[in-house]
Amino acid sequence: MKTLNIIETAYRATIEEQDDTIVWITHAMKGAGADLSVLLRGNAVNYAVKGQDASGLSFGSEKQTHPPMIAEDVAALMKKGVAVYIAEEDVAARGLERTDLIEGLKPVSRAGIAKLFDEHDQIWNW
Amino acid sequence: MAEKKTLTFAVMDAAYENARTTTALRLMDIAARRGYDINVFAYEGAVTLPFSKQSPHPNAVHGRDADQEDHPLPRKFIAGLMKTAKEKGGKVDWINCGLCVDERGVAEAIEGVRRGSPGDLVKCAQSSDNTLVIGTR
Repeated sequence: MKTLNIIETAYRATIEEQDDTIVWITHAMKGAGADLSVLLRGNAVNYAVKGQDASGLSFGSEKQTHPPMIAEDVAALMKKGVAVYIAEEDVAARGLERTDLIEGLKPVSRAGIAKLFDEHDQIWNW
Repeated sequence: MAEKKTLTFAVMDAAYENARTTTALRLMDIAARRGYDINVFAYEGAVTLPFSKQSPHPNAVHGRDADQEDHPLPRKFIAGLMKTAKEKGGKVDWINCGLCVDERGVAEAIEGVRRGSPGDLVKCAQSSDNTLVIGTR
């Protein structure tokens, strides 16, 4: 069973979690033997932007010592064999250039998303 | 009688935060009444849904004490789903993401809820007729 995980809601509790929870669960499920792909769309296309730095945050005396490194986590997914698609129009709408993004992503047009769905057995829209 | 199905739901919203939870429980209710086998993987805030220490409260705005108010408790809805599913020949296998439980300190869950991991979601999905993810927005 091949499943497409769609990630659209971005930066939800990523400071508290030190992760994006859906990128994280995709890693965990891949480790458990699942056959998965990922589609980044909407604000989540920003997960692929290089050079993000969420370090240095503290609340009073309490420091956040391990900031999320989501672009690196997405890149690590691809190294594990998870195809990561990214919605072209959502990238363009945010003024991002291809050179702003990590390597290895598979751009997909809005019109191509239906075909992408057809290539998977299940679509999980997180 | 309709053919028996096995359905998996992945839910994320915390108790008392969003109408998506009501929608998810309504869908599960339909499946339970049909005698389907239901798997639920509660991820992130959704692990609070079967928290056993949820307590009813009075409502001064309504002018009712706690008994009169009979405040809805998600844990009771889930227990009701489990009861109905069993009566109809199905079952509810409710799995709380263990790490999510630990983060939130909500280890006390109603009877019938078990602790699990993302690997359990994979197994449930692979053994189900279909899977519905109801994520947080």
